[in-house]
Order: sequence, then structure tokens, then C-alpha cells
Amino acid sequence: MGENNSDNFRVKVGLAEMLKGGVIMDVIDVEQARIAEKAGAVAVMALERVPADIRKEGGVARMADSDKIKAIQAGVSIPVMAKCRIGHFVEAQILEALEVDFMDESEVLTPADEEHHIQKHPFKIPFVCGARELGEALRRVDEGAAMIRTKGEAGSGNVVEAVRHMKAVTKAIRELQEMDEKGLKERAREYRVPLELVKGVAKKGSLPVPNFAAGGIATPADAALMMQLGAESVFVGSGIFKSSDPDKRARAIVLATTHFNDPEVLARVSGGLGEPMKGLDIAEIEPEKLLQTRGW
Amino acid sequence: MLIGILALQGDFERHEKRLKEIGVDSHRVKSCEDLNKCDGLILPGGETTTLWSLLQWNGLFQAIQEYEKPIFGTCAGMILLAKEIEGIQKETLNLIDLTVKRNAYGRQIHSFEAEGEAPFLGNGAGIRMVFIRAPKITRLGEGTESLATCKGEVVMSKNERILVSTFHPELTPDVRIHRYFVDEFVRINDK
Repeated sequence: MGENNSDNFRVKVGLAEMLKGGVIMDVIDVEQARIAEKAGAVAVMALERVPADIRKEGGVARMADSDKIKAIQAGVSIPVMAKCRIGHFVEAQILEALEVDFMDESEVLTPADEEHHIQKHPFKIPFVCGARELGEALRRVDEGAAMIRTKGEAGSGNVVEAVRHMKAVTKAIRELQEMDEKGLKERAREYRVPLELVKGVAKKGSLPVPNFAAGGIATPADAALMMQLGAESVFVGSGIFKSSDPDKRARAIVLATTHFNDPEVLARVSGGLGEPMKGLDIAEIEPEKLLQTRGW
Repeated sequence: MLIGILALQGDFERHEKRLKEIGVDSHRVKSCEDLNKCDGLILPGGETTTLWSLLQWNGLFQAIQEYEKPIFGTCAGMILLAKEIEGIQKETLNLIDLTVKRNAYGRQIHSFEAEGEAPFLGNGAGIRMVFIRAPKITRLGEGTESLATCKGEVVMSKNERILVSTFHPELTPDVRIHRYFVDEFVRINDK
């Protein structure tokens, strides 16, 4: 896929390719979007509330207000993404009508359908979806996602779940590469995806679409960690605007994502950043309040 | 021969893949030291504002301005190389006399793939072109020429040392444009 699929899919994955090696930042207004752009973000995610506040305030979390999305689009020249609820294809239609550049069918918002994710192929705008393991990632690709990200645990300020999800995907891909035809067939059945998709991953040694990291990234070191583990870009949600010095932290995370393999650069950008977001121990979150278990 | 690919941000991996397919070694460029090892440079697609600020951060911007070897820029890479960007007062690398317009076709929903004409490739001069939030070339300046067109727009240009395209030849399996850069710019410069 990617290079051989329909024209439209190549155009969708093409934008994901352009975002590689970059940082996508959650923003809730045009001022934050401008700070993100100035710091070097490759895109912004327009939201009503950042995940840390969604977690704190509770209630149903929905797609952002149209006017807010338009204001952010008018305020920056970089791509603007927005989130819709899992299965809420009408929110997706609205986001497409608003001409957002990328849509995130996201577990951070309250799911609208407990059986089906959105059929993403018919949309002209590319989708990104979260995944905790390879099967979930491939189900989303099969539905038409042009980018996969780890779910991590959004709004926690704790990178441990993103690490777990990235490693799970990498490990399962390595396993596929060792398998014979019979093994691949069993895996395709287990994952509930076409055999061709599984075979493609085994051959390529990576997902058919770009693989980004998200969920709990709060420091430059966190971003570089995810990049060294194989992420191709990072999403930073609450980590920037819930810290004491967002401008500086945003810039540092951008530099750390680019120079992720250079500890001297990482040391230089990790100083004088003020207070990071406080963060949560995952064990302290009640299981029913975990965001990552939404979707399937 | 070693071709550098600016790897600060963007689709550098796709350029690497295309060069590998034509048997050319590449090197990811993130610093001035990386640049100095290379016989030519590719500036990939990505986000112009991001690339611009990352280039400024460690002196690569100036190093590329002073670099005397061939450079190929696609999409954002072309914007950085052009003399002028419409409506934006930002210092560019200014290595090719073009005026360009960012996101000239609109947002992602207006990104597209189409057949274009590239007469310099000779027989069967048609080629699939992928445009992602693409810029347009709105003025061809001194020492430049149009190399390819699509839907009535100039989509590729060059001067003596610099090659640029508004589309992404690295996103399609067709390697002719990468081969052209290597043969007609880098190898010739090497002699």
C-alpha cells in the first residue's frame, strides 16, 4: 500500500509522509496555535479541551466547535488537524466540510459507536487512528487510516503506555517476519484483517502507513525516546500547554524530535524549561477512566 | 558519489528509497558536518516553517547558502530555495530566481495526483505527479526555465545548479527525475 494503492490513498499517505520527523501539538485557540507554529510544529490539533482537562472535568468530549477550528485555520499556515469521536462519521463529514487537513478518530473523545469505527476510505481527507497493538493498527488501516499513532494514555503526562504500545507493534511485526504462510494466515484471522495486509507488513517490516507516537509525551526526552523506539513523529497533547513555559518547551520538543539521536543536543535543549505538567501514575487511574481502552 | 538528503523534518525517507533504487548512496543531513561529506543535496518536502526554523538553529541555513554543489528541492524544499515567496517576508536560501506561492492549490482536500508533461525526459514524456498542499511557481526569473507542466502550471524548473519541483517525484515509484538529477547535475558537476 502507500505507493501502489489508489491515487487518493497515495495523496492521503503523502501528507503523513510530509509530517515525518515533526511534532504535532494540541491547541485550544489561535494564540496557542501561533505559539506552536512559531516553535516549529509541523501541524496543530484543534481541540475544545486538552486531554488532561477532559480527564479532570469529565462529561462527554466531542468534536471542537466549527468557529474555533476556522479561527485556528485562519491564524496559521501549517496543517490543522481535528478530532472526531470513534464511529461518529457525521463529525467526520463536518470536519471534511471545514477542510481540516487531517482527522483523528480519537479515543480521547467519548466514543459514539461501540461496534464500528468510521469507514475512512470514502473520505477525501486522511485519517489518523490510535492503536495499542498491531492487530488494532491493521484494522484501522483496513478501514482506511493513512497514519497510525500509539494511543499511549492521553492527558497522563506519563510516557509509559506509549512505550508499551510502540514496542508491542514493533515486536508483532518482527514475529510476522519469521512466520510461514500458515502462521500469517492465522495471524490475519486473529487480527480480523485481509491476509494481503499482513503479508505486506511481513515483507516491508513496518506498517503500511506512517507510524507516529502519542499519549503522555511531556518532555524533550520523552519525544526522543519515542523516536528512538521507531516512531516517525510525535503528537504532544497536554504536555506543552499544561507546562509552565509553553513557548520554550514546545521549541525544545521540536529540536529533540529532529535530533533524537544526538544526546548532546538533547542535553542542551532539556535545560531551563520550567515545570513540566505534573502527570499521573497509570496505576492511580481507575481502569474505567483509561482512555486507551476505548476502540477495539 | 554520495547524495545528502536534508533529514531535519519531512519525507526524506522516500528520497532515500528512490536513490537506493537507482543504486546511489545517500546520507541523512542534520548538521554542517553531514553536508560537507556530500556531492549534492536534496531538500525534501515537509513543512516550510518548521524546516526554516530548524535550518536556522544550527547554522545549516548559511552552510547551504554557501554550498556550491547541486541541489534538488521538492515542494517545501523548492520554497526554501526560491528567491521570493508571495506574501511572506522571510529570508530564503535565494539560490534560484523564482517567485513561489505556498499552499497555492489550497488545503489537503485539494491535494491531488495527475498526469503531467515533462518533455526533458524524452519519449513518453508523461509522468504521474503527486501534489500535497503544493506551492506554485508564479514567476520564472533570470537563468531559469520551465521543465515540466501540469494542468497549465509550471511544476518544475532549474538553473545551472539547482533543480526544483512543486510535486513529489519521491512519492511515486518512477525514478526518472531522481536519475536526471544525479546524471545531469551531480555527475556533471563531479567531472
